[in-house]
Amino acid sequence: MTEDIYQEHILEHFESPYHKGHLAHPTCCHRDKNPLCGDVIELQLKIDASDCVSEAYFDGKGCAISQAAASILCEQIEGKPVAELKDMQAQQMLDLLHVPLTASRQKCGLLAFKVLKTLVYAHETDEPQV
Amino acid sequence: MATSVGTSKFEVAAVRNDFPILNQPLPNGQTLVYLDTGASAQKPLCVIEKLTEVLTHYYSNTHRGIHTLGDLVTTEVEGARETVREFIGAPVVEEIIFTGGTTASINAVAYGWARKFLKPGDEVLLNVMEHHANFVPWQQAAIATGATLRFIPLTSDGQLDLTQLDTVLTDRTKFVAVTGMSNVLGTINPIRELAAKAHAKGALILVDGAQSVPHGPVNVRDLGIDFLVFSGHKIYGPSGIGILWGKSKLLEAMDPFQFGGNMIREVFLESSTWADLPGKFEAGTMPIAEAVGLGAAIQYIQQFDPQAVHAHEMELTAKAFQLLQEIPGVTIYGPGLEHRGSIVSFTVEGVHPHDLADLFNNRGVAIRAGHHCTMPLHEHLNQPATARASFGMYNTLEEVDALAEAILYAKKVFRR
Repeated sequence: MTEDIYQEHILEHFESPYHKGHLAHPTCCHRDKNPLCGDVIELQLKIDASDCVSEAYFDGKGCAISQAAASILCEQIEGKPVAELKDMQAQQMLDLLHVPLTASRQKCGLLAFKVLKTLVYAHETDEPQV
Repeated sequence: MATSVGTSKFEVAAVRNDFPILNQPLPNGQTLVYLDTGASAQKPLCVIEKLTEVLTHYYSNTHRGIHTLGDLVTTEVEGARETVREFIGAPVVEEIIFTGGTTASINAVAYGWARKFLKPGDEVLLNVMEHHANFVPWQQAAIATGATLRFIPLTSDGQLDLTQLDTVLTDRTKFVAVTGMSNVLGTINPIRELAAKAHAKGALILVDGAQSVPHGPVNVRDLGIDFLVFSGHKIYGPSGIGILWGKSKLLEAMDPFQFGGNMIREVFLESSTWADLPGKFEAGTMPIAEAVGLGAAIQYIQQFDPQAVHAHEMELTAKAFQLLQEIPGVTIYGPGLEHRGSIVSFTVEGVHPHDLADLFNNRGVAIRAGHHCTMPLHEHLNQPATARASFGMYNTLEEVDALAEAILYAKKVFRR
């Protein structure tokens, strides 16, 4: 039963999202859509001098799964080094949601993650090139 | 299975018996409430058996083999072509082109006619209720030729605003592309009137019949149109097969869209000449069993009185209207019952359509959620997505109750 996917924590994140809004001076931001159901997620990151995500905000509209996933992702990635987020796998994102998603709904659940991947791979680090 | 046209009494219980998928539980054990016929219709047993018959007893390539199977299968395919001709009232069978579907049919005209004949300054008349399949090909043809797109505005209830037609349909209009029935709003468009006005300006008109042809008899001569396109899979037939009908003189003037086998008359090193209609537009091996299956699907629906089928589908639509309007927070899009077919798109305040579809699925209720390949329309509606229930001849009034109950259930889950 997919009622399982509308569990309390998903509805909580959907109705009272973590860091939904905008940063005054984000280091980077990116927006993407899930054309299947018209979900939109914009992710704004503040990345500090040590290449860690110090703040993560999102804005968007769409289904409960896409919006809750963005909220959960923002909560998770603050304090994490960009290098670690580059290694983050889609399954880790799905695991964070703690609900079973069908293949079609995974597109909703992974939209924010996809935006994050675009951001972290585009981020220029100051690490010395070896 | 098929008897002569319109002779079988329409009884929904009997119709349902003809559709195996409606008479078995879903793989998860639930009872299916299939309200997604607008996306694709289920198949009656006679169509399934026809596909099996072709593949089991006389499958081979058409128009090629000088052997028993080749003769048999060609006879069946050409019989299906004649069934389609009679079904849409086309004057000659050569005007019936088998394609891969509505999208392929429209592209054949957008490439073969529009790219050949449109010039800078010419205008193509569209509107925002069109499915992307009847929108993007014209948009791209306009970009390629320097022609301009114009749009018939919509009224607030989602009909074409014909009071604005004289402003957008001008002496520069060369082509009008319009749907017979909106796949989202359900709006039935006044094709006969549009065709007369287009022709008065010297423009051609193509009708996207993907949604309209399955729900009522269409006669291309009565309508006075130039092109009709539709898909097999929405009319209880197989997927992968569709129809392009056009007037002979237009099809003859057009360039072929795809080149290859079957569509040629003679091939030389530096040039080629084209086969006569319909072969000119049927490059390559066609979906053979699917073409025969489409013929069987049309014969299936032809056994019923189309007025009785229409009355049944509109009874379902009227009930959906009534039940949904009673639920607080539900918005229905599109015109009133007198101007629509059996499609009801809606939103529920506070519950995204995708979440609705997911929760409906818990109860075995299959609907479509999303932008339904009509992004410009959803932009116009200012909705990222809608939920859509679409009814076929096999749906029941009890299934409309299940739709309303599913909405109440979704609202409860979302604490609305």
